[in-house]
Amino acid sequence: MGRKILFITTDQQRYDTLGVNGGQLARTPHLDRLAKEGIRYERCQPTSVVCMPSRASMLTGQFPSTHGAWMNGVALAEDAPSVAASLHDAGYATALIGKAHFEPFLDPFGRFAENALANLGVPTIESPWFDGRRGVHRGFDYLEFATHGVLGPLHYAKWMQAQHPEALEGFYPVLDGDLNVNALGGGDSGAPQVKFNDVPRDWYHTDWVADRTISWLNQQTDERDWFCWMSFPDPHHPWDPPRSELARVPWREVDLPVNYPVSAGERESLLDQKARHWRAWYDGRVVSNYEAPAKWVPATLTANQVREVNALNAVEVELIDEAIGRVLGALALKGWGDDVDVVFTTDHGELQGDFGLLFKGPYHVDALMRLPLIWRPAASIGASPAVVSAPVSLVSLAATFHSIAGLPRPSWSEGAALPTSDVDAANRGFDQSVTEWDSALFGVDVHVRSVVTRDYLYSEYLPGTMHDGSEGELYDLADDPLQRTNRFEEAEFSSVRSALSERLREHAERPGERARPGDLVAPV
Amino acid sequence: MATLRYEQRIDAPAEVVWSVVGDPTSIPQWFPGIVSCEVEGSRRTIHTATGLEMPEEILAHDSLEHHFAYRITAPIYRYHLGTIDVAALDESSSTCVYETTAVPDVLALIIGGGTIGALREIGRLAEARFAES
Repeated sequence: MGRKILFITTDQQRYDTLGVNGGQLARTPHLDRLAKEGIRYERCQPTSVVCMPSRASMLTGQFPSTHGAWMNGVALAEDAPSVAASLHDAGYATALIGKAHFEPFLDPFGRFAENALANLGVPTIESPWFDGRRGVHRGFDYLEFATHGVLGPLHYAKWMQAQHPEALEGFYPVLDGDLNVNALGGGDSGAPQVKFNDVPRDWYHTDWVADRTISWLNQQTDERDWFCWMSFPDPHHPWDPPRSELARVPWREVDLPVNYPVSAGERESLLDQKARHWRAWYDGRVVSNYEAPAKWVPATLTANQVREVNALNAVEVELIDEAIGRVLGALALKGWGDDVDVVFTTDHGELQGDFGLLFKGPYHVDALMRLPLIWRPAASIGASPAVVSAPVSLVSLAATFHSIAGLPRPSWSEGAALPTSDVDAANRGFDQSVTEWDSALFGVDVHVRSVVTRDYLYSEYLPGTMHDGSEGELYDLADDPLQRTNRFEEAEFSSVRSALSERLREHAERPGERARPGDLVAPV
Repeated sequence: MATLRYEQRIDAPAEVVWSVVGDPTSIPQWFPGIVSCEVEGSRRTIHTATGLEMPEEILAHDSLEHHFAYRITAPIYRYHLGTIDVAALDESSSTCVYETTAVPDVLALIIGGGTIGALREIGRLAEARFAES
């Protein structure tokens, strides 16, 4: 028998939301314990700061410029490489329960399997694989999906529509009448994407994902290894956790984030140092991407709205931690407590008040790019706990799962297995991670490449409708951990800039086969 | 209001391509996600893989001009117009143009995204039909 793998992801969760990472708002005892027993990564980056490209990288071990799902709304090719397919081939039972989002959500026809599966009433379908064979969809023999709301064709939404129709109204309407991300304000502060939700906790998607995961795990046997990707839709907006839980974090008592500039003058001064689209978005002159409400102007964000969003986010993080605790308890009851590798991470971060902004977009700073990542190896292998400060990337996850299963790193994976210590990281050359951004929607296109090292965060803006190719950002992570001072134009940093630019050039010219960039077929 | 237009060159005569798209009952064969449909006069009702039923109105069906136009009339579509035009390039090849206009704008992207796959499938079906003839 090999090692079983529980892969836990959340959506849009900042590094600093976990207690073990210094978070002060949410209590996360189960994740903190996993971190202390295993390996905690202090600088993990996504390959993209939006869902679809980032999640596709987790599955394929490839950067978006290789796997071809280059922005939200572009489906990952059905026959893209998949770590789940490798594990399935190796005899693992494979499941993904919760949010997948390798395929666009806004798909009324159901031309993508993720959206058709619940209606079909089958656990998976047959699809083409990357090696020319056909097999279970993306390598998963069990799929059960959820996302942020209760509308649409996914399993959770259909369950709520059928079982608890009286509770549907409690959820925030994610999209407005124009099918854009809704700017409607709610809660006490009028913050966008906030709503008091009267849904009982047991029916909320966080507990549903855990319940369905436990149900699947209970069907597995001791004789077969398994890979279970448990994927929570929270704490991504909308921030509408069950009202019954709000007293956990009273928003009026929440401190403002350390990177929230209280005065408008300070906010504007900081934004003016960055590439021009930052200030343009803040002022409401440009919305560069679909993921933020089209009719919301960030300059209208108030301190109380930041407090309330952060409080609700913390409530959602606590519910996730408790749900994880239930699943870990179920594993212990099955007698698998020492035989399971647990990996926890998220797909990207959330601005959450930093620089006076919310949501996400082509803004490559720690709020969106520094992610929580924990790997608790199976106790049975006797690995030493560690903290890894070297930069690592989600592109390493596929190779890591291969390694856990005793499989060689596949030729298609651009990431090597995660280091287990800083010494291991140094020996294996983990000294940078790259994040890509490409978007082209309704006449605005933005292209960014960023590299993070131990010392610097460096971004180059490629030519697009907002940038002429000459702009960039350079932050000294030691002197400026909040990325407030852009050193890109400073002469004394010119050699640093040249060296980091060379790293991006090498990334762009790296060898390997690239998939054809996929078609943009939906906004998300 | 937004309009998206996609086109596909097809290695089959225009008449053969029209034999695919000009049959209003054929849409489940080539539009991704549409699993069945019923046609009664100018009314077509499509059924999708997500379990939705969408009513449509056929506006034009011109076998001489190889022009088909229809409108999805489900309430979420404040306005929709879909047109499919087939034009001969030479005696053995043609171009098929699928245009989507919709309100709200996002719907044009969503439906237009589907038409990319539809055009590919129309091309595949027409070329297979031509090869068999």
